[in-house]
Amino acid sequence: MKRSKATAAMAAAVVLALGATACGGGSKDSGGGKGGGSSAADAALASIVNPSDKKGGTLTFAHSDVPDSLDPGNTYYGWVQNFARLYARSLTTFKPAVGKAGLQIVPDLAESLGKPSADAKTWTYTLRQGVKYEDGTPVTSKDVKYAVERSNFAPEALSNGPTYFKAHLADGDKYQGPYKDKSPDGIKSIETPDDRTIVFHLKDGFADFDYLAGLPGTAPVPQKADKGADYVKHIISSGPYKFSSYEDGKGATLVRNPEWDPKTDPIRKALPDKVEIKFKVNQVTIDNNLINNSLQVDAQGNGVDPQTQPKVLQDPKYKKQTDSAIAGATSYIGLNLHVKPFDNIHCRKAVQWGVDRASAQEAAGGPPKGDVATTLLPPTVNGYTKFDEYPTPNGKGDIAKAKEELAQCGQPNGFTTTLTARSDRNTEMAMATAVQASLKKIGITAEIKSFPSGKYFTNFAGVPDYVHSHNLGMIMTAWGADWPTGFGFLDQITNGAAIKPSGGNNVQELDDPKINEMLNSAIKNTDAAARNKAWGDIDKLIADNASAVPLVYRKNLLFRPTGAANVTVTQAYLGMYDYALMSVSK
Amino acid sequence: MAAYIIRRVFAAVLLLLVVSAVTFAIFFLVPRIAGQTVDQLAAQYVGKDANPSSIAAVKHNLGLDQPIYEQYWHFVKALFAGADYSFGPDAAHCSAPCFGYSFKNHIEVWPQLTSRIPVTLSLAVGAAVIWLVSGVAVGVLSALRRGSFFDRLSMGVALAGVSLPIFFTGMLGLAIFTVQWPLWSSGVNYVSFTDNPAEWAWNLLLPWCSLAFLYSALYARLTRAGMLETMGEDYIRTARAKGLKENVVVAKHGLRAALTPIVTIFGMDFGLLIGGAVITEQVFSFKGLGEYAVSGIRDNDLPVVMGVTLVAAFFIVVCNLLVDLVYAAIDPRVRYS
Repeated sequence: MKRSKATAAMAAAVVLALGATACGGGSKDSGGGKGGGSSAADAALASIVNPSDKKGGTLTFAHSDVPDSLDPGNTYYGWVQNFARLYARSLTTFKPAVGKAGLQIVPDLAESLGKPSADAKTWTYTLRQGVKYEDGTPVTSKDVKYAVERSNFAPEALSNGPTYFKAHLADGDKYQGPYKDKSPDGIKSIETPDDRTIVFHLKDGFADFDYLAGLPGTAPVPQKADKGADYVKHIISSGPYKFSSYEDGKGATLVRNPEWDPKTDPIRKALPDKVEIKFKVNQVTIDNNLINNSLQVDAQGNGVDPQTQPKVLQDPKYKKQTDSAIAGATSYIGLNLHVKPFDNIHCRKAVQWGVDRASAQEAAGGPPKGDVATTLLPPTVNGYTKFDEYPTPNGKGDIAKAKEELAQCGQPNGFTTTLTARSDRNTEMAMATAVQASLKKIGITAEIKSFPSGKYFTNFAGVPDYVHSHNLGMIMTAWGADWPTGFGFLDQITNGAAIKPSGGNNVQELDDPKINEMLNSAIKNTDAAARNKAWGDIDKLIADNASAVPLVYRKNLLFRPTGAANVTVTQAYLGMYDYALMSVSK
Repeated sequence: MAAYIIRRVFAAVLLLLVVSAVTFAIFFLVPRIAGQTVDQLAAQYVGKDANPSSIAAVKHNLGLDQPIYEQYWHFVKALFAGADYSFGPDAAHCSAPCFGYSFKNHIEVWPQLTSRIPVTLSLAVGAAVIWLVSGVAVGVLSALRRGSFFDRLSMGVALAGVSLPIFFTGMLGLAIFTVQWPLWSSGVNYVSFTDNPAEWAWNLLLPWCSLAFLYSALYARLTRAGMLETMGEDYIRTARAKGLKENVVVAKHGLRAALTPIVTIFGMDFGLLIGGAVITEQVFSFKGLGEYAVSGIRDNDLPVVMGVTLVAAFFIVVCNLLVDLVYAAIDPRVRYS
């Protein structure tokens, strides 16, 4: 008897484990929708659909998963950064506006954008007068400093957020963080001469600093309210809404923050009376609730489930309510420069010419889900320059040119290599299969090896030792910028300094002195126009090096319910709707 | 009897310890054999921005830099005596039973478990009642009318029920009753029993039925086989010869004997189900233990995996103990002394 019970208990553990692999999506559907919007498909890409000044109502969000954290100092997710603007005011933010204008960085908690020194190493911000927390206490520059300290220097408690301040601040590598270093002064390289002024001293010139100041990690946090990882349960609002309830893994409700003064906030209209968000709602249920108008926003902003896609695209009534938004991310293949034969530029160029990008686009879901990419920078990033160094008809590849390069590479009959992709990303796997088929035509045999996405960079494709020893020549990946400029996009994936022993994103291991130098010098240039030109030039250099094979600019197929007002796609947050603008139309 | 129970409880605690040790070993040793380093393990909990110093900080804070046996000891100690953790400016005390904090988002595991147990329990209890009643009833009737149309039809349906997985019947049920004939027009959502018992039952009806369909089929077949066997026994003939009424013969003499193996299996099935109706919870988007287990495994979140595994094992052990005690009531030959 005893043994059988032990077996049963073990069986339980096994069943649980098996369950993890068997988690199919459920399908909850709730009737047909009422009426179609008057707007056309893609209307929210270039206009504000259903504009309204009407106050009131509850704006409801749902998400198929959970956030990394709603704590502005502990999040890396684009949608949380977008959503957090409802309750947290960072020094700067993206302008809630239509199209390209949404890429513009504007002052939020600060009066104006940062005032840089000539070498872009010192940045000064002045806070707006009269901004208060939900409890009525005034927001001070010290709170901003504290917020930066906790979000960047306490990885043992708040590990999710980006740590660009740690990387760029003058004593960023010395400071131990507010939880370990209890001295009242905090980090030395951030000064707060008075309650409204904050000065950042950087190691090197960094002209994109206003974008860093727009990360939610600069939203003020009063030190006495900070409970580390538990702060998420009682976030102190500085924006138009405050939390009235929060449940881990389930959702939250936000209500108006009476202490928020619209006079201090030129960018938010704050129309809804209440904002609700629910987590872990089945994606198909979310889609159906958008269609039948019982929900306004799919918070994740990645677009509808593949199951829902045909439904909304085939019905003309629903088609009008879709927006195919460029997601700010490019799917590409990194050709590792240390894996033979990709150390030879001609073998890399053979792949560039041989790949059928159109078939990869088809595999990604066709035109509603992506455009054929010819550059690493997607069109919604400041500095994007349109060019195509390997032009082929309709992006279908050129077998003759590819074979020519193969011959120059000394592999006229092609070669065998390994192509990696993330097993739990269906689109990526489909694209890998398409690429494999198109390379077959020029004699390159690419064996697909797949890895779980959670360990892809930490254990496999992002570990140079592993890549070299297992001959992973072609590494499929996708990248979206942390902030939408050429530097924000390219630095982590093409700068030699971004090569790490584990967890790196420069999967090609590109370490070209010229590219490194151009990236490092352009970011010091405070002339925005010159900077933007440089990003395009660098992108071209990378294309000439041929180590990154851009495939598809990813797009989200968003569904715009008729019950939502002020709907427009923001390019700044990876092509989702702008949550600071949205309201309810009923 | 008391001594028996004490002995069993003691054995159960030992068993849970073994289960926890094995889970711990699977979590730490298997990846290690596959070549994963502690740094790579820690890097999974650092978020997107892993760098050597943040990895080191996380590794230290989660105790991953200690030897595995020491980590296990800390886990067991925290379970019985509580522990202090620090994920912020002040150390927080996690009192017994302390399953620790999630590696991934630093949320205490125990409150998460307790908030999810009612969901899974509601699911399991309702479904169990339905499948026991319907399964046993159908099984008995089929056995008594062996070869009849009813027997053939019900056994045919039972075969289908056993063969159809929950992710098929559940989703089919959803498609039919939330779209085609929208009885549940806004989908099936879990409502707590204490909030609104009627809504609770109404929303659980579909998951109950889909889950019960699978199990009642199994139980109908089992009951039928058991009943066929016992109804052919000599003592049944004797009972009938004594002039007992047929329903007394069936219920008291036949069913009672046929029930013993069913109770055994029921204990096991029910315990497993409370440990997490993984697929059912996924299909209906219920935030129960199974869903928690899946996210824990996906995130490689040891404390979450440990928590769910131990709770699941606990329920299985308890259910089996109850089953053994129920034996005595069903079968007077069984005595615990």
